[in-house]
Amino acid sequence: MSDNGDGPRVQKLATGIPSFDLIAKGGLPEGRTTLLSGTAGSGKTVFAVQFLAAGIASGQPGVFVTFEESAKDIRQNMLSFGWDLAEWERSGTLAVVDASPDPHVETVESGTFDLSALLARVQHAVQRSGAKRVALDSLGAVFSQFSDQSVVRKELFRIAWALKSMGVTSLLTAERTMDYGPVARFGVEEFIADNVMILRNVLEDENRRRTIEILKFRGTDHQKGQFPLTIAPDIGVVVIPLSGMQLRQKSSNVRVSSGNRDLDEMCGGGVFRDSVILVSGATGTGKTLTVTQFMKGGVEAGERCLLLAFEESREQLFRNAHGWGVDFDKMERDGLLRVSCDYPEVEGLEDRLLAIQRSIEEFRPQRVALDSLSALERVGTMKAFREFVISLTSFIKHQEITGLFTSTTSSLMGGSSITEGHISTLTDSIILLRYVEMFGEMKRGITVLKMRGSTHDKRIRELTINEHGMQLGRPFKNVTGILAGTPVYVSPADLERAWTIHDEAVGRPASAAQASGANRRRRESDRSERREES
Amino acid sequence: MIFLLKLYIAGKGARAEAAITNLRQLCDNELRGQYELEIIDILEHPELAEEAKILATPTLIKQLPPPLRRVIGDLSDREKLLLGLDVRPIAPQSVDNPNAP
Repeated sequence: MSDNGDGPRVQKLATGIPSFDLIAKGGLPEGRTTLLSGTAGSGKTVFAVQFLAAGIASGQPGVFVTFEESAKDIRQNMLSFGWDLAEWERSGTLAVVDASPDPHVETVESGTFDLSALLARVQHAVQRSGAKRVALDSLGAVFSQFSDQSVVRKELFRIAWALKSMGVTSLLTAERTMDYGPVARFGVEEFIADNVMILRNVLEDENRRRTIEILKFRGTDHQKGQFPLTIAPDIGVVVIPLSGMQLRQKSSNVRVSSGNRDLDEMCGGGVFRDSVILVSGATGTGKTLTVTQFMKGGVEAGERCLLLAFEESREQLFRNAHGWGVDFDKMERDGLLRVSCDYPEVEGLEDRLLAIQRSIEEFRPQRVALDSLSALERVGTMKAFREFVISLTSFIKHQEITGLFTSTTSSLMGGSSITEGHISTLTDSIILLRYVEMFGEMKRGITVLKMRGSTHDKRIRELTINEHGMQLGRPFKNVTGILAGTPVYVSPADLERAWTIHDEAVGRPASAAQASGANRRRRESDRSERREES
Repeated sequence: MIFLLKLYIAGKGARAEAAITNLRQLCDNELRGQYELEIIDILEHPELAEEAKILATPTLIKQLPPPLRRVIGDLSDREKLLLGLDVRPIAPQSVDNPNAP
């Protein structure tokens, strides 16, 4: 607008809607009008009322103008979010202008008219309440109340202009018929407001996916693209910011125990306190055991631990833990462990994320384990899952919690999962559990693939499971291709030749060469043992 | 039968004047003066507009006799106004110029 030409820059008004201000880079442009367009059921009204509710909570009175639902219905519907409009109206922090049509009264049009009465009512409500925020819900319903749309259009322009001259920050909602199509139904709504935002509620692979997109903010910046959001029963709209999140989490040098001394050793002395560890393996390779030990390690160090399980029931988990010598019951009684078991399908991923965040905020654990992340893959679309993983990882890192996620590989031997593809760059450590077929016997192998900021054991060691839990044995030698899922036995002579070539290539010093010689002797003795076995 | 009418206007502009003139003319002719008319300026009394949930101006509300009816506009369309008031014209309908103010 021209009056802003040499004036001060556009200020933002923090809305108080969780994470929305992050993607809006501060909030809604202050003193301006913003259009919020969306299909039926996309959450326009909730967003509009929440915008006012958050304002009232921070001492800014508001005005709600309803064109569609009656004021009575709105008051009733919004109670489920904990927003008591009637109470705010009594205390004078909210004024409701009920401009919804009365179905009992027949209206006839005779000659020309304007909407001066509506404007006068809005102005009166703003003055009466001292409002800083105004929400109009929704513009399309004004058009459908009158036959002459050119009048409505002109009058809406006049109202938008009046709102700006009163200096209030206003949110105008509008309907659209398609999630990907014209901004709004009547084709003029977007020109009435300075700024345009779009709410979507798209059906993707039988899953509903809600997003918000800021299309334009006149004269000021915002994040671009669609951001997932969810509508939670007692919060309202919660935006899940992806690119809004910053890689600002602190990095700790403090190591904590994984609950298994041998595994700690492989990791170079334990895992870092605020790191996220991914444990990947086929079914039965020991992922849940790794989780159980990780919880035990936490409780032994006096830390609160949260276990989120999606594959096994509580009874199964407790029984398994007992079988490995870990008493989950006692840990829970001591208040150090909380186990939550849920079917993945119970909630959508956005709601799931929110629920996890809330239980973390409430329980304040130092450790969180999620078994398994891949069980959640099937709940939403690939995109939604990726966003879930990114948001969860980033949230956990910000809380300075040690996180351990498991991921199930689709094939028994080797292979990787979709989960890994999404998460491997986000995690600080990756531990692989693999089946190794050797001479007609299935063995389990464990290796630390990645350990950010630390040296670690690069060997693949044998893993056995007994009543004390996980035992790490000798490294697999004379075997190659374990990780690829095609273990091949290599003769010591071939292996020796390979090592010699390797040593020469890297120019290994004499002492190392001697060690290599010692290795050779060990390998040879292994080989003779095997001969005896067969 | 007494007609109880309320006419909401925004200021004393040309449209408001037209509505008042059109309404009085029709009431005098068709209702034979059996009416009470209250004129409310919503710019002076926005709270009355709020109370009656008025959006458009001018708006005529027929409170009595029932049913409650609303007529919006400057009331220049005589047919629509009669329809809104639920009144059958005494005088034969003017077919020459039904929209004459």
